[in-house]
Amino acid sequence: MNKKLTLATLWLDGCSGCHMSLVDVDERLIDVAGIYDIVFSPLVDVKEFPENVDVTLLEGAISTDEDVEMVKRVRKSTKTLIAFGDCAVTANVPSMRNQFKVEDVFKRGYLETTPGNDIIPSVNIPKLLEKAYPVHNFVHVDVFLHGCPPSADNIFYTLVEIAEGRTPELSKRARFG
Amino acid sequence: MTPEEFKKIGETHQKKREAFKYNINVCTAAACVSLQSEKVKDELASQVKEQGKKESCRISGTGCLGLCASGPLVTINNGQALYGGVKPGDAADIVKSIDKKPVKRLEIPADMPFFARQTKIALEHCGNTDPEVLGDYLALEGYEALYNCLTTMQPVEVIDTMVKSGLRGRGGGGYPVGLKWSTVHKAVGTKKFVICNADEGDPGAFMDRSMLESDPHSIVEGMAIAGYAVGATHGYVYIRGEYPLAIKRLKAAIKQAERQGFLGKNICGTPFSFDVEIRLGAGAFVCGEETALIASIEGKRGTPRPRPPYPAQYGLWGFPTLINNVETFANISPIVRKGADYYASIGTERSKGTKVFALAGSINNTGLIEVPMGITLREIVFEIGGGIIGGKKFKAVQTGGPSGGCIPDEYLDMKVDYESLAQVGSIMGSGGMIVMDETSCMVDVAKYFMDFCRSESCGKCAPCRVGTAQMYNLLNLISEGKATMHDMELLEELCDVVRNTSLCGLGQTAANPVLSTIRFFRDEYLAHIKDKKCPAGVCVIEHKEEAVL
Amino acid sequence: MSSSVKIKTLTIDERQVGAREDQTILDVARENGIKIPTLCSLKGLSAYGGCRMCIVEIAGTPKLLPSCMTTVEEGMVVTTNSDRIKKYRRSLLELYFSERNHVCSVCATNGYCELQSMAQEVEMTHVHFPYMYPQLDIDATHERFILDHNRCISCTRCVRVCDEIEGAHTLDIKDRGIDIRVITDLDHPWGESETCTQCGKCVHVCPTGALIERGKSVGEMSKRKQLLPYLTKMREAHE
Repeated sequence: MNKKLTLATLWLDGCSGCHMSLVDVDERLIDVAGIYDIVFSPLVDVKEFPENVDVTLLEGAISTDEDVEMVKRVRKSTKTLIAFGDCAVTANVPSMRNQFKVEDVFKRGYLETTPGNDIIPSVNIPKLLEKAYPVHNFVHVDVFLHGCPPSADNIFYTLVEIAEGRTPELSKRARFG
Repeated sequence: MTPEEFKKIGETHQKKREAFKYNINVCTAAACVSLQSEKVKDELASQVKEQGKKESCRISGTGCLGLCASGPLVTINNGQALYGGVKPGDAADIVKSIDKKPVKRLEIPADMPFFARQTKIALEHCGNTDPEVLGDYLALEGYEALYNCLTTMQPVEVIDTMVKSGLRGRGGGGYPVGLKWSTVHKAVGTKKFVICNADEGDPGAFMDRSMLESDPHSIVEGMAIAGYAVGATHGYVYIRGEYPLAIKRLKAAIKQAERQGFLGKNICGTPFSFDVEIRLGAGAFVCGEETALIASIEGKRGTPRPRPPYPAQYGLWGFPTLINNVETFANISPIVRKGADYYASIGTERSKGTKVFALAGSINNTGLIEVPMGITLREIVFEIGGGIIGGKKFKAVQTGGPSGGCIPDEYLDMKVDYESLAQVGSIMGSGGMIVMDETSCMVDVAKYFMDFCRSESCGKCAPCRVGTAQMYNLLNLISEGKATMHDMELLEELCDVVRNTSLCGLGQTAANPVLSTIRFFRDEYLAHIKDKKCPAGVCVIEHKEEAVL
Repeated sequence: MSSSVKIKTLTIDERQVGAREDQTILDVARENGIKIPTLCSLKGLSAYGGCRMCIVEIAGTPKLLPSCMTTVEEGMVVTTNSDRIKKYRRSLLELYFSERNHVCSVCATNGYCELQSMAQEVEMTHVHFPYMYPQLDIDATHERFILDHNRCISCTRCVRVCDEIEGAHTLDIKDRGIDIRVITDLDHPWGESETCTQCGKCVHVCPTGALIERGKSVGEMSKRKQLLPYLTKMREAHE
């Protein structure tokens, strides 16, 4: 048997629904585990993003300075970068704040809707960007796997196609939303 | 009215003029009016009275003399002396010196290239008649062409004359006039219409306005001849509401023409009837597009619809409709009077006759000119236009407004005709010509025109509505030094999409200023993007390291 | 059909087809099972020609023409799905998505939206033009319907159905360019409209989630696509 490919999954500004959908691959997870070694993921306990990753599933929009740094590092160490789900592909729900100024979003989130609280946290947390952006605004994306969340079938199909050296054809299979 | 009668009116007017030794004409077109030429006129009149020269001097208003840069302009006996920059306080000196040497400090040499190099056909009466007096027009063979058409020519013969003249639509498209007239003539319809497109909207263009202000009867006459040729009985002039003086004079001209029987029922005693109504535009550039213009006259929202069917087949209220612009109509009666061969003898193989241009921008002789087709840009800019203000270096000339392009100095010796201009990515357009010197930034110019297109897009079709806004945003990023080469690629891609998928001419040509500046001034774009510099020093680029983006 | 109507023969995507002389390319293509994508066109409403999705190539014509408003001609050779057209359609759709705030996942019409399914049809996997994120209002003043400008693609189906079928002309368009908006009456809140008959036709012809029924949550707002064809059919039968 060939050497297994390495797979990383990343969770930025998203709801983790895409990761849930990955788990929904169900018994086919065994097949996935036969093709891929998961080297970095919210599902495994690795702190540093490794070098030379074959495939990265990137969930979530890019919303903070930390996200930007992360996505750049991931791009450098990844052969095939997959924008995983609508947040990564379109910025989706996180982008709904983009019509408003960051201060207004904070005010709404921390003050107006939280009676008694008069603090907007600012220490030791990543700085929010002016807007939430799709991943391809910052780095080149190899595969767009859209859907909110992408279906387990499409996730499985994509991982298998890449492992087989083919380009997954998702435009007709997947749907936004 | 018989021709004898209206010739007589003309002659009477001519005699009235000739009874005075000195006819002092003051330009009363908008540019000079804005510089108080009306006051100059009043002051001249009172000086004539004061100095007791009422017997020999006659003061009248006149149309555009062309050299707007030196307004207000005053001419004595049509060029015997020409004064520029006249202030009301100069009136005394002008009247004092009327039979002596001209006033040196005001004098403009009448033989300067600006005047000598022009060939005036559409503007033949501009500056030598009072636009508010029908008699002045009649004295210069006014309405003779209409009378001759109605009494001696069949409609097809009139159309034939247009075909032979080689005249092409002067609104921008350059469609052969004879062919268009013939299509409308042949189109089947219980009613037909003639529309004069006077919704001049290109930034820096003022040909139509000047012509309507200076010689409104020639447009009315041209429309009536067109009506006869195509079989229409009703005409509309769609004119921008922002042109109050042109509207006023056109209204007066229509009224005068109606009163003397040049419009209305049984014109000049013939079976032909034709009337003209004015419709005011409300400041939408897109209403210069013919299908949007028609929608606007019909009382609907001024948005275009896809062509075909063309208005010649399916126009105003569904009837066959002829639409030409002001300059086209101004050429009709001269062509009929002087003959198609005369007109066709001027110009180039495929672009016959003359073209009116509004010279604007960084050029000494700003103003209105009419030149034979085939003249070079160099002749226009450096001879007629008198070169660049302050002796600065020429950079580009923009023709065709927001649908046109910027032409750099290596094409200065190119002939001005429809084909040559298209070859360098610009268009003839309606005649706006903006000259730019070394202090203009071409990215900024492209951004300016895209801002114009974006705010004038009607919003009906997505490529123009969204595409122009996207392109503007990208140009803004470039001009602020915040763009990457990827943005440049997106911009070029959008140019292609918007040009090929937009519904009407506005969107289809909106990318031209961008494409032509990218083609000839790519270095300037790259300087903004890569070096974060504006070579002309126009764009404000803040040099601060962005924390994240 | 009167006997005076002439029949024309033309080629669409290398197939010879016959058509009445007054038919549009789009009509003829559909009759022959050739699919051309559309957004603003809807059978039963006047043609608009604004969405540009139905552009086709016609041999000998340099410009791309909207098949919904171009009538057939003898010997016409039409191509509906060249690579060039496909590319333009995808770009157009990307422009639509970039224009306003189309967030499919939280839309009442998720799963029933024509813009959403159009993305699949033209094989759009992402939007490579910058999103514009305009700040737009939602008019929720009407007791039965909601108008969400964030999801409007300005196809004017609602305006046309309100005017041409219902005869109320409550809906119209204001402003121009990127600022155009669907309005009710003279730009007064919908809930205060004196002309709206509450018929709901606008909601059901709206291709997206811009017009929905009040109280419908994510993925609950299916549209009655047969409403307009049914009304048109009954009208024709009545005449």
